Amino acid sequence: MQRKDIAELLNEPACAHNNKSKSGCARPKPGATAGGCAFDGAQIALLPIADVAHIVHGPIACAGSSWDNRGTRSTGPALWRIGMTTDLTEQDVVMGRGEKRLFHSIKQAIDNYSPAAVFVYNTCVPALTGDDIEAVCKSATEKWGVHVVPVDGAGFYGTKNLGNRIAGESMVKHVIGTREPDPVPPEAAREGVTVHDINLIGEYNIAGELWHVLPLLDELGIRVLCTLSGDARYREVQTMHRSEVNMMVCSKAMVNVARKLEERWGTPWFEGSFYGVRDVSKALRDFARIIDDPDLTQRTEALIAREEARVDQMLQPWRERLNGKRALLFTGGVKSWSVVSALQDLGLTVVATGTSKSTEEDKARIRELMGEDTKMLSEGGPRALLDTIRDYQADLLIAGGRNMYTALKARIPFLDINQEREFGYAGYEGMVELARQLALTIENPIWPAVRKPAPWTQPQEGV
Amino acid sequence: MAKVIRRNKPLAVNPLKNSQPVGATLAFLGLARAMPLMHGSQGCTAFAKTQFVRHFREPIPLQTTAMDQVSAVMGADASIVEALDTIFSKNKPQVIGLMTTGLSECQGTDVQMAVREFRQQHPQYADRYVVPVNTPDFSGSLESGFAAAVLAMVETLVPTAEEAGSRPNTRRRQVNVLPSPSMSPGDVEVLKELIEAFELRPVILPDTSDSLDGHLVDQDFVPHTVGGTPISDIQLMGDSCATLVIGAALQPAAEALKQRTGVPDYHFDHLYGLEAMDAFVHRLSLLAERPVPPALERQRAQLQDAMVDCHFMIGQARVALAAEPDHLLAFTELLHSIGAEVVTAVAPASGPALAKLPFAEVKLGDLEDLEQWAQAERAELMIGNSHCAQGAERLGIPLLRVGFPLYDIVGGYQRVTIGYRGSRALLFELANLRLTHNTHEIEPYRSIYGQKLEYRNGDPDHGLRAATACG
Repeated sequence: MQRKDIAELLNEPACAHNNKSKSGCARPKPGATAGGCAFDGAQIALLPIADVAHIVHGPIACAGSSWDNRGTRSTGPALWRIGMTTDLTEQDVVMGRGEKRLFHSIKQAIDNYSPAAVFVYNTCVPALTGDDIEAVCKSATEKWGVHVVPVDGAGFYGTKNLGNRIAGESMVKHVIGTREPDPVPPEAAREGVTVHDINLIGEYNIAGELWHVLPLLDELGIRVLCTLSGDARYREVQTMHRSEVNMMVCSKAMVNVARKLEERWGTPWFEGSFYGVRDVSKALRDFARIIDDPDLTQRTEALIAREEARVDQMLQPWRERLNGKRALLFTGGVKSWSVVSALQDLGLTVVATGTSKSTEEDKARIRELMGEDTKMLSEGGPRALLDTIRDYQADLLIAGGRNMYTALKARIPFLDINQEREFGYAGYEGMVELARQLALTIENPIWPAVRKPAPWTQPQEGV
Repeated sequence: MAKVIRRNKPLAVNPLKNSQPVGATLAFLGLARAMPLMHGSQGCTAFAKTQFVRHFREPIPLQTTAMDQVSAVMGADASIVEALDTIFSKNKPQVIGLMTTGLSECQGTDVQMAVREFRQQHPQYADRYVVPVNTPDFSGSLESGFAAAVLAMVETLVPTAEEAGSRPNTRRRQVNVLPSPSMSPGDVEVLKELIEAFELRPVILPDTSDSLDGHLVDQDFVPHTVGGTPISDIQLMGDSCATLVIGAALQPAAEALKQRTGVPDYHFDHLYGLEAMDAFVHRLSLLAERPVPPALERQRAQLQDAMVDCHFMIGQARVALAAEPDHLLAFTELLHSIGAEVVTAVAPASGPALAKLPFAEVKLGDLEDLEQWAQAERAELMIGNSHCAQGAERLGIPLLRVGFPLYDIVGGYQRVTIGYRGSRALLFELANLRLTHNTHEIEPYRSIYGQKLEYRNGDPDHGLRAATACG
């Protein structure tokens, strides 16, 4: 990838970070950097596209440590879970055989797995030796008749966040707009219900949580042309240009996709979340508002009223158990506020929230939800987290899997909120699961047990 | 305090219960140079023997008085005398465990008298021992049979302080141990090592770890037990500094031992989980007047770490549990300590541990009950012996195989579930069963509008199958 292309991707006008000196896309600091590389970001953004053969072009380290580690779910093909890499050897590198190996790898993937398309992820070594993966993909597409899409996000290009954008960019450049949507299937047509098309961008169907939301959209007559990329199919990505409105779900990662679809196809977009009762309702209302169909608006309100009443009843026993519990939330970006409302819905007090990847806009929403003098943690790091937990007497830490063992080693209850988690929290239904998981860890009797010193270390009294 | 609900149906279906003679046999198999002998029809022995062979995958010495039509009606005491004589002369064990069965108890046998008769008729076996015990199979179960046999061993083999002139604590580093029948030979082995780590010498009654641990020996055939507690050790139990009793079932045996020898005893319900082990280790440290070895401290910290790691999978899990009373209590306390919920607890028969269970009620029942109650209570995990496999499969929930018999796995007899390490292994196993069974998956939903080709290609299950096939 050219330097100017990277610079352009870094300069994302729709990203609020752009106005501040501190940016999520700033250069990583040697010796003090956590988080994945651009390849990581590119791969996780697209891997959930289920019927695509995802080939990692590079030596084993890139795919070897990362294949099949994505907690997303598919209703159909499982091809995305098959780890594929060119596994470059020393010979390949020295003799310049990388491109050749890639070309044959693509053929093998097509022959053995009949993928809907092939995505080729570039990595550091071939990027450095100068493999022209774009040319290989082009020639493979011509030769084998299957779309082969280059995703040029080698690790050293930048952070995971940049990788997400590179992935989005590849979709915009090579895939979106290459097919028109299918007509609405006749058996799905209902009288009086006009079907509206949307996209969910940045929704990954973690643990299948999208399946808590899809039935609601179906009921309203909202067709999801594509979720980028949870449980997606290649042919769905191709049709994303035809949606009436795009929702950026809980993530700034692929905001460039939303912006470019707006620029190129005039599609409006909004940012929202499916976590928490309030946010689910808000997202549904936003669809209705932007689509601007009075009938849809009316049915949306009816559905919200019904679902909120239902979930309220289901949550009641959990609220009693969780009421007054104090949580420290440490997660990036949009989740720093979207999950706050979900926790507040359950009666928890959020004592502090992490804002390391949040924008000014995100921070404003946090103040709105939690009050002006709320504690915002801009730096993660185990020490800072643990100190805050102690200082603010938090009952648990809610964070990504990376911080899990920080909490557990300090004998503090923990809830995993990031992409590796195994439980779906989205939608009204997901709130019940969230409540269950919170209670599971907070109420667990192991905590006093593991904090108690061994009896023989205590002063004796007449044993 | 759990209320014990007795069975209220005439037919036992898929029984959980093992007979008292089976329990007593297990105990006698832990004595050195021993031969268990069932006083009953030959079937009583044959079935039990098959069960033991399948569980331990070992040849099991077990004999029968082979009551027949005539002796069943006319009295079978002569059969006992004849059997004892035959076994002592032919197989040359040092001790015979003589157990009654349903048949002989029903007939009204008096085994004590039969043994006296044998002594009169065969003085040549004065240096051999016979331990008679009443274990009718129409009452109790494996646990009570085992406990009765240990009580009989104490009463028959341990001399009183007066008889032996023994005094507690004359062997200051020797401790007596009465292990629960729920402990596998692997468990007993670990227990022994644990005690030895404090420079104490355990005398374990009975020591199944020495006889039923599955090891190859030089001789190609031995007609009695190889390994186990030697009689000579048992006779010196009165010199020990303390008796450690594991399991509520052995209370009567412990009581008798204390009365005969005056050795003070310490009771532990089980050795599962952090709290129970802390208490036990603390006691060992006090008795031994030695600090807790660093290796144990390390194992303790490892268990704590495992508790933290596993609580996500095991917490709130709904468990159906079928086990003997002592085992039931051990598992319940371990599961509760990590936040799991025991939704159904079934014991084959009553036992002193049941009253200590923290439920409103515990049911005496069979595996049909377990299956039905597990279904009604939406259990997500089953714990019990190999017989539970069918029910667990029907319910589509994973089974942790523990207890007796374990015939559809190898090495079940060697599984260690006590101690810091055993508890940790158990937690990992439970957590892994939950992980591989994935009970929390969200039901896949297919949008009516979906553009996915496999939704419309006439095979509605195609895609789903592909998804489930690959996880």
